[in-house]
Amino acid sequence: MSAYREKAQVLDEAGLDRALTRIAHEIVEQAEGVEHVALVGIKTRGVTLAQRITQKIAAIEGTKPSVGALDITLYRDDLGLKAEQPQVRTTEISFPIKGRIVILVDDVLFTGRTIRAAMDALMDFGRPRIIRLAVLVDRGHRELPIRPDYIGKNLPTSRRETVAVMLKEHDGIDRVVIQEPTD
Amino acid sequence: MTWKRKDLLSMQDLEAAEITDVLDTAESMKEIATREIKKVPTLRGKTVVNLFYEASTRTRTSFEIAGKWLSADVINFSASGSSSEKGESFLDTAKNIDAMSPDVVVVRHTASGAPALLARHLRCAVVNAGDGAHEHPTQALLDLLTIREKKGHLEGLNVAIVGDVTHSRVARSNIYGMKKMGITVTVAGPPTLIPPACQELGVKVSHRLEEAIAHADVIMMLRLQHERMKGGFIPSIREYSRVWGLTVARLEHCRPDVLIMHPGPVNRGVELAPEVADSQYSVILDQVTNGVAVRMGVLFLLAGGKTA
Repeated sequence: MSAYREKAQVLDEAGLDRALTRIAHEIVEQAEGVEHVALVGIKTRGVTLAQRITQKIAAIEGTKPSVGALDITLYRDDLGLKAEQPQVRTTEISFPIKGRIVILVDDVLFTGRTIRAAMDALMDFGRPRIIRLAVLVDRGHRELPIRPDYIGKNLPTSRRETVAVMLKEHDGIDRVVIQEPTD
Repeated sequence: MTWKRKDLLSMQDLEAAEITDVLDTAESMKEIATREIKKVPTLRGKTVVNLFYEASTRTRTSFEIAGKWLSADVINFSASGSSSEKGESFLDTAKNIDAMSPDVVVVRHTASGAPALLARHLRCAVVNAGDGAHEHPTQALLDLLTIREKKGHLEGLNVAIVGDVTHSRVARSNIYGMKKMGITVTVAGPPTLIPPACQELGVKVSHRLEEAIAHADVIMMLRLQHERMKGGFIPSIREYSRVWGLTVARLEHCRPDVLIMHPGPVNRGVELAPEVADSQYSVILDQVTNGVAVRMGVLFLLAGGKTA
């Protein structure tokens, strides 16, 4: 694995927080309230983002939508291709999703394959009325016809770069950076 | 931890980190059993063959359910009514099955070492589902998962394994696994049913039930294997039950948070009083539930990753 160096900071703590606040408002506005809304984060950082957006929605609307966590390992389409076996983690969706407006939340939208897997996984839990997609960063390079509904930051990147989303709960700091390979 | 093994043959082979890897994976799989649709697409297009040369309902069914919940095609092959009755050798039968390109062969055999033999000759992954009096690794893994789930940890616990240790592959696999996870193991049973060299495995030996179970966090009762009791190991089943059976009266002297385990099938009234088997201390059915999760974990680790 090649090493990466930081190329540019895209969002700082305040910027990241503002992006999540805006997404929370957009979700509430489009759903006309939060009665039927549930958020499902994709492990690991998507779950943290979903929880933060949930807090913000609770502050706006006074009611807190349900929030769940989805591990998509068992639905991946590249299990036979990866050199390393990914770790399976636990999916926790403790509420019925039938008839709900489910907001899938992930940190970075790239090829769209994770979202494809997440939608398949979600369907196994029931039939949501609507699935919408919220991402903190959309970095382009889609390989599937998937389009986000709520975007924190549009970020044109080259394929060889990576986008690192750092969150306090995992990394001790809130920021988003673009990294490029050192070689 | 990245899983690197082609086969799962014994607990003796596994390192502590690998055991933890299987348990963590299995723990994540448990959620699938609670869903309305109990199926994930992970092993779609993969084939699992259950090759059973010895009677088994629980283990075979458990592997079958595990494979099916992961979307693998599961084929059951039992020795009765097969070509082995026509004189085909074990290895030839297995090579014929291998030629049909399965991804995993799950084998149970009366001969110790049969799965290891297959692992050397077959291209596909081989899982030992019990070989003679040697090992039964998935049973030990499901026992460890059950203990970890109920106690929150494994290290530092005291486990008593009671009964016919000599003929028990469950005991052997558990001893290897538990020692690696930092558990203190005491084996107890009549001297005829405890192997003389038992201490070499790093376990304590006791010939009094009360002494063995007094401080145990977990009591694992082994099945008295009637089919193996023709060699004069015990005076009679009634005598064995009186001396070595776990009764309500004996349970009263145990820790208040003790767990009672049994690999099944239970001989009610022999090694385990019915009231004990059904008591609040018993986790026998949790073991069965965890069995499916552990086998899902094992199948995923062996067949889910890189295509061989």
